[in-house]
Amino acid sequence: MDRTLLLNKLWEYQHKFGFVSKSAIETISKELNVSTIEIESVVSFYHFFHNQPTEKNIIYLNNSIISDLKGFENVKATIEKETGCNFGDYGNSEFSLFETSCIGMSDQEPAALINFQPFTDLTPNKVRKIITKIKNGENVKDFASKTISKIQFTPEDDKTIIFRNYELGKSIKEGIKFTPQEIIDKIYKSKLKGCGGAFFDVGYKWQSCKSNEDTEKYIICNADEGEPGTFKDRAVLQHIPGLVIEGMVLAGYATGAKEGIIYLRAEYQFFKQKLDDLINEFYNQNFLGKNIQKIEGFDFDIRIQLGAGSYVCGAASALIESMEGRRGEPPVRMWSATKHGFKHKPTVVNNVESLAYASRIIELGEDFFLSIGTKETPGTKLISISGDVAKPGIYEIEYGTSIRELLGIEMSQATAPYYVQVSGPSGECVSPAEFDRKICMEDILCGGSFMVFNRTRDILHILRNFMEFFKEESCGVCTPCRAGNFILNEKVKKMQRGLASNDDVNEIKEWGNIIKLSSRCGLGKSSPNSLIYSIDKFKEYFNLKIPPSNESQNVEFDMENAIHEFDSIIKDTQL
Amino acid sequence: MKEVTFKIDGRDCKAEKGQNLIEAAKQNGIFIPTLCYFKHLNPLGSCRVCTVKQNGRTIAGCTVSIDDGMDIEVNTPELLDARKAILEMMFVEGNHFCPSCEKSGDCQMQNLGYETGIRYTRFPHLFVDRIVDARPERIVVNQNRCIKCKRCIEEVITNDGYKVFNFTNRGNQTLVSVDYEQEAKLSESQAEHAMHICPTGSILVKGKSFGKPFGDRQFDNSNANKNIPLTDIKKHKTTNLKKKRIATTSLAGCFGCHMSLLDIDLGILDVIELVEFNKSPLTDIKKFSDRCDIGLIEGGCCNTDNIEVLREFRKNCDVLVSVGECAIWGGLPAIRNTVPLEECLREAYLDSLTSEEDETVIPNHEDIPKILNKVYSNHEVVKIDYHIPGCPPNANHIWNVVKNILFEEEYSISYPEFKYD
Repeated sequence: MDRTLLLNKLWEYQHKFGFVSKSAIETISKELNVSTIEIESVVSFYHFFHNQPTEKNIIYLNNSIISDLKGFENVKATIEKETGCNFGDYGNSEFSLFETSCIGMSDQEPAALINFQPFTDLTPNKVRKIITKIKNGENVKDFASKTISKIQFTPEDDKTIIFRNYELGKSIKEGIKFTPQEIIDKIYKSKLKGCGGAFFDVGYKWQSCKSNEDTEKYIICNADEGEPGTFKDRAVLQHIPGLVIEGMVLAGYATGAKEGIIYLRAEYQFFKQKLDDLINEFYNQNFLGKNIQKIEGFDFDIRIQLGAGSYVCGAASALIESMEGRRGEPPVRMWSATKHGFKHKPTVVNNVESLAYASRIIELGEDFFLSIGTKETPGTKLISISGDVAKPGIYEIEYGTSIRELLGIEMSQATAPYYVQVSGPSGECVSPAEFDRKICMEDILCGGSFMVFNRTRDILHILRNFMEFFKEESCGVCTPCRAGNFILNEKVKKMQRGLASNDDVNEIKEWGNIIKLSSRCGLGKSSPNSLIYSIDKFKEYFNLKIPPSNESQNVEFDMENAIHEFDSIIKDTQL
Repeated sequence: MKEVTFKIDGRDCKAEKGQNLIEAAKQNGIFIPTLCYFKHLNPLGSCRVCTVKQNGRTIAGCTVSIDDGMDIEVNTPELLDARKAILEMMFVEGNHFCPSCEKSGDCQMQNLGYETGIRYTRFPHLFVDRIVDARPERIVVNQNRCIKCKRCIEEVITNDGYKVFNFTNRGNQTLVSVDYEQEAKLSESQAEHAMHICPTGSILVKGKSFGKPFGDRQFDNSNANKNIPLTDIKKHKTTNLKKKRIATTSLAGCFGCHMSLLDIDLGILDVIELVEFNKSPLTDIKKFSDRCDIGLIEGGCCNTDNIEVLREFRKNCDVLVSVGECAIWGGLPAIRNTVPLEECLREAYLDSLTSEEDETVIPNHEDIPKILNKVYSNHEVVKIDYHIPGCPPNANHIWNVVKNILFEEEYSISYPEFKYD
């Protein structure tokens, strides 16, 4: 067996038996000729693989901050009551319940995956009905929620890029009129930036992969959007997946790669079949396969690789590790992926949205693209808006649109917005004073997640949710991220208890900066961001949270609490 | 190989192109601390202790290959502090009780602790319960001490090419786990090699724990005198005849710091002239009779009495100093912090070898102080002004600090003088 098939193999066991057993691990390790601990290390890394038996029905309830403010606690309590199990336990004879990080349904929270079928807009009532149906033996597939997100906004007709009419194969047909180098020049000229959050130049990536002399090259579509609050890649894959496939084919045409892989996050596997069907349609119409559109030697295949639940795998380097059947740890970067990527071969890793834009640029021409947006970031951007807004959903906005416009009556219709988290927990929070900032390279970029919180929300509660998320999703390899986020989370807890002093606030900033300075990958380099920014941007709020400090006594020590345990032990053990 | 020039902290250096920065710096006489970096292994970049700046961008030094004209920063205040902070994170994340560790004195992490001048950790100790795995054939893996450097994962391979160690879980739950089947194949020397490359005391070979006597261990500094030589003690010239008052106490400690104080030798002449002792076990004065200038606290807080005494000290002393590891962060008594109190008490009073069933009780009387749920460091309870590290700190070291605080007398101390392993 090829190691790159490991995740698929593990999924087979997981789906069939509900867990990956010791004996399964032994069988696989023999096949791969590695020690069992190596397979165990992979199994235990991914959130959706279990090494002990789960029950027939597995419920993963999203615990992101958006879910939280839409009624997570109530839904959780109802699920526990109705099923008779607790979250985190492996359950009774019918259900296993787990919490999970954002599942990309922020416009329809609270949401859960039941046997990997989506159930959204949950209420206690709805939960009761669902659980009853499951107990009656109905198949969850038959009554799962429709998850397709609403496209709430597109710029005036002539400026819409993504969400306009789509005709299968149009971009490819247009693209093959040009030479591969001309395609890259067009992308380069359009200044298209990666839309996953790193905003790396797409044309540069393609060029550097093309320039490589190796004959074996790969195009990977990164469909592992895990940043809490983002769901725009799901929207693209559900609304116009063809655009993404065409983007991959064009990337293959331009760089000389013959194989494309869509790394689909496990949370999205409920629409994998639809994607597979569409890929088959592309094969049937000769937009995939051998000698595409009768061009001699233009071969390109696409397959889908399922992830297994890990936020950090959304980073290109960790994603490649994961595809090679290893733990999704971002490796020490000695080369860029376009030099030594998947299987050590030149690889282009592009986000779903970037590939969709690439198709459109070829189809509509780069001059059209350049006529929209700002100088540094031409074109439009997909934003997923969620939280305290009347119209959560997908917004295709022209670069240069201000945050105020996004929140306004024409767009998301936010009610008393106070705290806006741009680009998710690893991004930047924005206070009302900065609502005139514009979404573009020149000002503030947005990877896709745009979460709005109104004045009634507690900022520390939001930050605590973010820190718990990073603590859980850190890959655990480097010290500052693994231990640092843990320590910062303890500080936030202390603040929530109302015990923090001004020193604590300063320490959060200092410690956060050390984590940012010394962490190995983007996760640790950005995890303390929201915490650090919010302290400066929401001074009023934090001033209220910090009591005047007690000079000589450390207020954190609580004698009652410290002797409570002893007292209760004594009560039970005296003769 | 082509020789290139590059800069470290503004100094011109020469090395072969493509050489690893850690080695290249060493050749140019510049020390960059590392823990996970290990000779021929691919750079692991996991511990981040070697964090440097390359052309203004922070990066793990062990992952840098020298190129012409590189500008490297190593010893800027920012980086020195970050490095220290990373080590402190390791100390608080695991449970590192050096005095009870077999590797003490041979431990690279402990040594770096001294090198970077850690006196106390800025972070709170997390005291997460971690297992000691004695199931393997030849080795014991103590997870309390593991810093997840990955050295053993990459380096320890059986003769037929299988890995013995690997990470399991992720995030702060990450562990280095052992493959028992493969571990059984290791030879004695391979197992010892595993113990040797572990930068802490996490991997030990059964029956081989104390390999070397004190004095011969890797980081024992043979040239340094344990005590500050008597001739070096500057006798203080009194200008003000009024003596300063000192109070001392021993809380949850072993009294070792007080014993160490008695070793002050000729310094006693200085002491008699300058200070008088108020409440202290040395004078057997039980109650404060006067306000004191300085209070020296040995040991942390493990029961209600400790808390009361400590608070009384805070009330009656202008300056409070935590003396020794137990006072600073809990020290050896804090070993119990990862074990639930009930288990501790049961083991000690009910289920021990000498306790008869239904015959013994957990002592409880209004005159006996109650045991706290965990051992607290002093600065978790009251404000502490200074920390003197050591186990125990040397008498002259303590005296120098006291003189420094009371009379603003300058003194300096090099790290071998406060090594206590």
